[in-house]
Amino acid sequence: MANVSVNVQEDVMAKAVKEGAIAGIIAFLMFLVFVGIETYQDINNQLVWRTRWGLLAVFVIVAAVGRFITVGFIKPHLDKRKLAKAKTGVLEISEEKSFFHKHFLKIALVFLLCYPFLAMMIFGRQGSLKYVDNFGIQILIYVMLAWGLNIVVGLAGLLDLGYVAFYAVGAYSYALLSSYFGFSFWLLLPMAGILAALWGVILGFPVLRLRGDYLAIVTLAFGEIIRLVLINWTDVTRGTFGVSGIAKASFFGIWSFDVGAANNFNKAWGLPSSSVYYKMFLFYIILALCMLTAYVTIRLRRMPIGRAWEALREDEIACRSLGINTVTTKLTAFATGAMFGGFAGSFFAARQGFVSPESFVFLESAVILAIVVLGGMGSLTGIAIAAVVMVGGTELLREMEFLKHIFGPDFTPELYRMLLFGLAMVIVMLFKPRGFVGTREPTAFLKTRKAVSGSFTKEGHG
Amino acid sequence: MATGTNTMIKDTILKVEHLSMKFGGLMAINDFSFEAKRGEITALIGPNGAGKTTVFNCITGFYKPTMGMLTLKRSNGKEFLLERLRDFEINKVAGVSRTFQNIRLFSGLTVLENLLVAQHNVLMKASGYTILGLLGLPAYKTAAKEAIEKATYWLEKADLIDRADDPAGDLSYGAQRRLEIARAMCTGPELLCLDEPAAGLNPKESLTLNALLRGIRDEGTSLLLIEHDMSVVMEISDHVVVLEYGQKISDGTPDHVKNDPKVIAAYLGVEDEEVEQIEEQLDHGTVEGGTV
Repeated sequence: MANVSVNVQEDVMAKAVKEGAIAGIIAFLMFLVFVGIETYQDINNQLVWRTRWGLLAVFVIVAAVGRFITVGFIKPHLDKRKLAKAKTGVLEISEEKSFFHKHFLKIALVFLLCYPFLAMMIFGRQGSLKYVDNFGIQILIYVMLAWGLNIVVGLAGLLDLGYVAFYAVGAYSYALLSSYFGFSFWLLLPMAGILAALWGVILGFPVLRLRGDYLAIVTLAFGEIIRLVLINWTDVTRGTFGVSGIAKASFFGIWSFDVGAANNFNKAWGLPSSSVYYKMFLFYIILALCMLTAYVTIRLRRMPIGRAWEALREDEIACRSLGINTVTTKLTAFATGAMFGGFAGSFFAARQGFVSPESFVFLESAVILAIVVLGGMGSLTGIAIAAVVMVGGTELLREMEFLKHIFGPDFTPELYRMLLFGLAMVIVMLFKPRGFVGTREPTAFLKTRKAVSGSFTKEGHG
Repeated sequence: MATGTNTMIKDTILKVEHLSMKFGGLMAINDFSFEAKRGEITALIGPNGAGKTTVFNCITGFYKPTMGMLTLKRSNGKEFLLERLRDFEINKVAGVSRTFQNIRLFSGLTVLENLLVAQHNVLMKASGYTILGLLGLPAYKTAAKEAIEKATYWLEKADLIDRADDPAGDLSYGAQRRLEIARAMCTGPELLCLDEPAAGLNPKESLTLNALLRGIRDEGTSLLLIEHDMSVVMEISDHVVVLEYGQKISDGTPDHVKNDPKVIAAYLGVEDEEVEQIEEQLDHGTVEGGTV
């Protein structure tokens, strides 16, 4: 018996050595030209080449040793653990959920409610500004946008690549109407939502007979058109200069956050003059808006319209055979999603005090869509986690000053964030192809509520 | 069985007149007329490529016919010209629902949800087009409860009640077929069109299907079905229409159709003796790819 296991051990080692060598050879061949040889221009502007054998050796050794360790140690270890688990009869997925898992949403909500105060306690008044504004508000804006887009993409299965257009409509609605007519934030917030929804319908009507890739392309074009209109309609939007000096949101008209105002919030409450209170106030507004979005989404899913959206994602033809008007169903999904985009947009304008077409480029749409896909289409919790990871991760990379000590003073982590980001996304998608939360909660049940596995749900065809 | 149905005078539910459907140069259906009676099971049969599914798609609004008139008469006396309705209105207004040859379920939704989606129009009205429902008014709550009751009724009929909370994609093939029929019934149709409901079922499942379809007929819904499985067709249908190359070749009771020489030649095949005769000739090499 012992003899056998020794033999097995030797076999594994032999295999590991062999595979390590092969990996080394492949790495050598692959990187020989790319890494081993470098071309550069000399003083006479001639293109000449030199070799980098040292670097090439590092690449080859990393590949060979990495493969050796994987095959020789990591894989046998994992296999052994799996075997041991199978023997004891413990299921891979335990049915029992931990306390944290069960009450995750409540804990998260309580944490969010305390977050600004916690930040202030830990980092001081001015120090907390960054955590409340850059992390808190920024992430929550994206959570709201992604939840809004989730209605269109995750529930109704309509691939919308121009979602940022509705965000722009909301932002400019607030910026222009408040600076031209002096309307207050609390009046313009719903109005921005309604205007964005209106634009959603206007866009939706001609576009929604298209499906799949075609729909994606046209929505992409719509997003760009809105941006180009904002750039070129200089009389109204001031073009690339943007609209600045946008009025701040007031505390429901009772207190103002303008420094010079008589009913200044800080003065009224005897607080020291600091912008942090305004940011905290904004944090709670966007938190409330997010909660509204979540509440409406959860309620709508249990309404016939929400079920029709999901049915539309699963099979449009079957929907029509059941007497569901697919055009109006799609339009409502588009309009509802756009409305939340509009809310987020007007909030964004109030927070920044400045809007320009720069903020509404295609990359924004892509990031929002990436959050929805990464989180798991249709799942609010998953999307919120994805927003924290993606937006928070980006912000965190800005903070990585210590990387300069490793990679030298020329290294700017911000420039690499997109690269790291892409890499992280690929890795997540490899291990969790359905996003962080791939399962779907049924909207009605007879006996038990069982989550529907992601392998049954469809992504929709536009 | 179909005995004596002809003597009773029955109301016509669906009247198809001079239906033609052209795809480019291909005449898929050519001047096809038939009637389906209320409370009966009408079967549409024919060899592969005869145009049965095309007729179905015309009736259920997935194709717009090139020519012809499709009149549906509801039990309240209202008449609808199906070719003029929009695709979803055929179910919503005219009360015609259908199933598909290749099953089309909402596979990521649970079985129960599938049946609730089918009651969309009723629930939409009850929820005040979502707005009243969002406010949580009791009218929607009672309607939702009724919808679940209706779904439960059909789940029991289709023998799917134990699987109500499972995703539809998780069901076996036979169960998916039954679910599709139950879903179509949840829209409260007067005419149910089934496109090959017995395809891919084993004999036992086929028998339960027969019972389900008879139950549906006895509750007052008329059925129109396309079927290849002759045991199903001859067993349950009251009226059979035979289609070949887009044209009607026979129309009548199952017994009538069974004995119609045209049908035997075109669809059920020629008599055994003739087959043997031809086989013999083939063995001797006297027939070269001649038409049978």
